[in-house]
Amino acid sequence: MRLQRWYTPYLLVLPGVIWMAVFALWPFLNTIALAFTDARPLRPAEFVGFANFDKMLEDDRFGYALTTSLIYVVVCVPLLTFLPLLLALLVHTKVPAIGFFRTTFYFPVIASAVVVAIVWEFLFSGSGTINSALNFFGLIDRPVEFLSDRWLLIGCAIGLTVWKGLGYYMVVYLAALGNVGRELHEAAAMDGAGRWRRFWSVTVPGVRGPMMLVSVLVCVGATRVFTELYVLSNGSGGPGGRAMSMVMLIQSMGKGLNGQIGYASAISLVLFLLTLVPLLIVGIANNGDTIREALASRRAVKAAKIKREATVQEARR
Amino acid sequence: MTATQTSATVKPPRENPYRTRGSADIMKPSLGGLIGKYAMLLGVLALMVFPFVWQMSTSLKGASENIYDFPPSLIPAAPTRDNYAEVFRTIPVVDYAWHSLLVGVGTVITNVVFATLGGYALGTMKFRFKWVVLAIFFSTLLIPAEVTLTSQYLTVKSLGLANTLWGVFLPGAIGAINVLLMTAACRMIPADTLDAATIDGANTMQRLRHIVWPNVRGMVSVVALFAFIGAWDDFLWPLVVLSDPANYTLTVGMQYLSSNFAANPRVIAAGTMIALVPIILLFAVLQKWFFKGVEEGSVKG
Repeated sequence: MRLQRWYTPYLLVLPGVIWMAVFALWPFLNTIALAFTDARPLRPAEFVGFANFDKMLEDDRFGYALTTSLIYVVVCVPLLTFLPLLLALLVHTKVPAIGFFRTTFYFPVIASAVVVAIVWEFLFSGSGTINSALNFFGLIDRPVEFLSDRWLLIGCAIGLTVWKGLGYYMVVYLAALGNVGRELHEAAAMDGAGRWRRFWSVTVPGVRGPMMLVSVLVCVGATRVFTELYVLSNGSGGPGGRAMSMVMLIQSMGKGLNGQIGYASAISLVLFLLTLVPLLIVGIANNGDTIREALASRRAVKAAKIKREATVQEARR
Repeated sequence: MTATQTSATVKPPRENPYRTRGSADIMKPSLGGLIGKYAMLLGVLALMVFPFVWQMSTSLKGASENIYDFPPSLIPAAPTRDNYAEVFRTIPVVDYAWHSLLVGVGTVITNVVFATLGGYALGTMKFRFKWVVLAIFFSTLLIPAEVTLTSQYLTVKSLGLANTLWGVFLPGAIGAINVLLMTAACRMIPADTLDAATIDGANTMQRLRHIVWPNVRGMVSVVALFAFIGAWDDFLWPLVVLSDPANYTLTVGMQYLSSNFAANPRVIAAGTMIALVPIILLFAVLQKWFFKGVEEGSVKG
């Protein structure tokens, strides 16, 4: 009996594989190749070695972009790792109308980043609602220019990212919270653990895996930030382009007839390496024991070898 | 027999959402705790929906009404549709919505079809070099679209698709993550069922239609919804590909409206509502399947 013709599975996966090759792997390899050239539109590219990377070290804009992206990661990761967990705990228990709350908490995730960034632009503008509110409570005399100060602009964008991401990671935690057994909670409560203690000793260890996942996702997402900063600064990247993220820099470098495609590709490559860092850290953390064991066994083998050689030599003597 | 009958006739005690006196169920909040919980839920709710509500109210306010007052007046004194009419006059917003819809629906169809086909092969069949194919999909996950932005544009341009909707649509037509999700879903189909269908003479297409499809429908709905939302909300890629304002999608069109016609925030607010409302409605209608699918996905995945 023939279950299927031999080529059926290949036919089925072929479209996907072609797509990955044309729209992911080829552009990626092309990026690596272009990073070492001085490619510009309408001009043959020439190999320039590491010139693009040398240029990066002296380029102020690259320094600003790297700083912005790193700050984004450092602030976003703790906020978006813990706040969604608290939110998930809040909507975890089944009380009446909880479905409504879960759904509405997810709205910011569904909405386009452009749309919500435009709303935030209004709220935080010089004459916007936030300034009116601060004025109303007598906290300020003059309006705060949130969107034309480098750090305030980055802060606004981070606030937007966190607000928009809460619901997404909440759902990730919700699925995980279902697996934290209530027996553990009951046992801990029986032993006199308070709510706070139960949170740290039962809930957090119970969702450690998803927590790792969330922090990696947030970390990678934060290095890739573009829309929030682009829209809030109206495409300019803030005063002097100092609030640009890495992706904004890539986009502004690569566009137009004068685009420095080679340089933009080199920055892309750096961005790629940055997104790999959190994955590597988690990989090492998860497989720490395996790696340690491997190292230990290698040491043991080496030690055994030396010992054996020593004995062999002794025997010869 | 009698036991089951009595247990069926005895009414179960009414479930209180809060802990009553004498109840040992520590997982339930006390009545005070429940009230506090709702207070917190309402607080978060206000934080989550305020920007949307404020935007909607702004879009309905007339030119004479203050939009930046505090405390914000969320109900416009004299609701007007002028701002919406103004949006239609300023930018071809219907065209933009149509473009977004075309790209979104196209992305959904191609992703569902090809991810299901690929997932079926990877999840249920044995063939040589399967691990190579899986490795290709997994390694693609590691490459963010932002990294390949410049060369992706060069690829699309060399295909002659720069500044076209095809150029916006094609790179996202098959997502690696969707193929892998469908692979995980197809792996859950019992092999015996598929073998039985084969013995009964079902060919690949029939097996897909009658065995695979009913089994993976939950995951398909998640893939479809996320593909649509991703395409509808995408900004960076259409911004790079499309240079002519006549071809814009809604997101790029909104940024175009907001940065080039910044005179009246009420009009921009109306524009953003046009981009926002369809996707929120779609999600509100499909959210039951969505949350179920996410749960299924997390259990299976």
